[in-house]
Amino acid sequence: MFGKPSRTGRVLQYLALAGYLIFLGFPLVWLLSTAFKPPRELVRLHPTLIPDNPTVQNFVQAFTEQELGRAALNSLQVSLASAVLTVLVAMPASYALARFRSKLGTAALGWVLLSQLFPFVLLIIPIFLVLRQVGLANTHAGLVLIYVVWALPFALWMLQGFVRNIPRELEEAASVDGASRVQVLRRVVFPLLAPGLVATALFSFISAWNEFFFALVLIKTPELATLPVALARFVGIEGTARLGPLAAGSLLATLPSLIFFAFMQRRLSSGSLAGAVKG
Amino acid sequence: MTTLAEQPDVERAEPARRPNRFRSDRTTIYLLLLPSLLPILVLSVFPLLRGIYLGFTDARAGRNVEVSFTGLANYRELLGDELFWNSFKIGLLWAVGVTVLQFLLALGLALLLNQQLRFRGVARVLAVVPWAMPPVVVGILWKLVYHPDAGLINEFFHQIGADGLRTNWLGDFSTALPAVILVGVWAGMPQTTVVLLAGLQGVGRELHEAAAVDGASTWHRFRHVTLPALAPVIVAITSLDFIWNFNSFGLVYVLTAGGPGGKTMLPMLFAYEEAFRYGNYGYAAALGNVMVVIIIALLAVYLRRRLREAN
Repeated sequence: MFGKPSRTGRVLQYLALAGYLIFLGFPLVWLLSTAFKPPRELVRLHPTLIPDNPTVQNFVQAFTEQELGRAALNSLQVSLASAVLTVLVAMPASYALARFRSKLGTAALGWVLLSQLFPFVLLIIPIFLVLRQVGLANTHAGLVLIYVVWALPFALWMLQGFVRNIPRELEEAASVDGASRVQVLRRVVFPLLAPGLVATALFSFISAWNEFFFALVLIKTPELATLPVALARFVGIEGTARLGPLAAGSLLATLPSLIFFAFMQRRLSSGSLAGAVKG
Repeated sequence: MTTLAEQPDVERAEPARRPNRFRSDRTTIYLLLLPSLLPILVLSVFPLLRGIYLGFTDARAGRNVEVSFTGLANYRELLGDELFWNSFKIGLLWAVGVTVLQFLLALGLALLLNQQLRFRGVARVLAVVPWAMPPVVVGILWKLVYHPDAGLINEFFHQIGADGLRTNWLGDFSTALPAVILVGVWAGMPQTTVVLLAGLQGVGRELHEAAAVDGASTWHRFRHVTLPALAPVIVAITSLDFIWNFNSFGLVYVLTAGGPGGKTMLPMLFAYEEAFRYGNYGYAAALGNVMVVIIIALLAVYLRRRLREAN
């Protein structure tokens, strides 16, 4: 973009790039390395970057002997439920938002921006109280509800964009051909909306999977804890020997989001999702 | 001017739009919106309002009696609370530090990634990976990197023969805050980079070429072509980054839980302790209120200055 730089310019650019790669990459390499180290190497005072005797026992240990296995299952349940519910609830609303103009819709979309401003502390205490009143404090159902509500504004925002991209003419043509409203929605809108629904589901799955604060406060029973909370508790009791399973568990906890990002790569680079995925 | 009732079904703004058989009654619209708006109302808008109200009460955990309205009492207490001022100062240092550093680094990286360089693909993937990690995992990862015995950083200093620089990064009074700020930068940089890169790709090539033909130096073209074109993106992303950082919790909770000696006690961590360790709901909510007001005020100042510069 700056035309052809000089030779020194090029060298400087590559040096800078190398600096960035080290800064971004090395912590990740260290996590990988720790995850594959046997216990003996974890307690060594001067650790090596590449394990002498790499092993997968940390991964096995993290998800069989430790509470992390159960926590991963909890997270999976909660995140799947959040994803499905978010899509089911957001679908009709986003259709209405895209196709009809209404003050209510504008207000809902405005809430997306506004809700970014408020610190969770302001919401968490009343939410905690509301859930306790209806008997949903310390339950996965309560957590799912929170996650759906939390994912909804952005899901609506994203999904109504997908609806707008479906040409209105297609719907009108079908209705002229005598299709009922429900038929039009099922045969025309729904299939064309599929990629948007997948994206919405993935988004709400990931935000539930990564979420920490609400899960920490709302779930008190250790057996019900989600993966981020269990991992954080694991840190608290870390002896050097536990670093291995901790690193392994962390890697596995990252997998779903990595897959999601790989999926959404193109949309991400357009910046449209940029505001959404923030812990 | 015809009255609304006489207005045909066709809307003025969209001439291509033909009469739509589905453009129907309000009831349908509300029925479609209800499943979304009801939960948002019950679990987001209402709690928010109640949270604001709680900040003016003496609500406490484990007390079933009606909370009583205490007006500004919480705020007077906050003003005199050294721990609050400490957390506020640290929160500001953290939010400004992370936002500025991550912006500068991200801008540099975005400019590099916008060039025809080898390893650009690797860098683009790496630039996204930290973003894909759950904040708790980022915290754990850096705990491993900072680990006093088995950590990457101390081992690096050992390898280059600088054992004197080895320290307990997260446990030492003087290094704890810079150490967590670095993690914040690492975690937030990818997103900022991606946004800036998207912005850069929107900067017209022709403008650059025209400027180059006119003999403008690289720096001049950056200063007078790229930066102004990028300004709206920069304002948007730095504002958002600042809000996110000011309100962040999980990362530092995992890294230090606010320690050592409150050196990394962000406002959110302080409020969390007040609410869920000591049960002072009203007090914590008051702190939340203060934070919202501060954020809005700071943003207003920042945005107004930016907008004035833009005009």
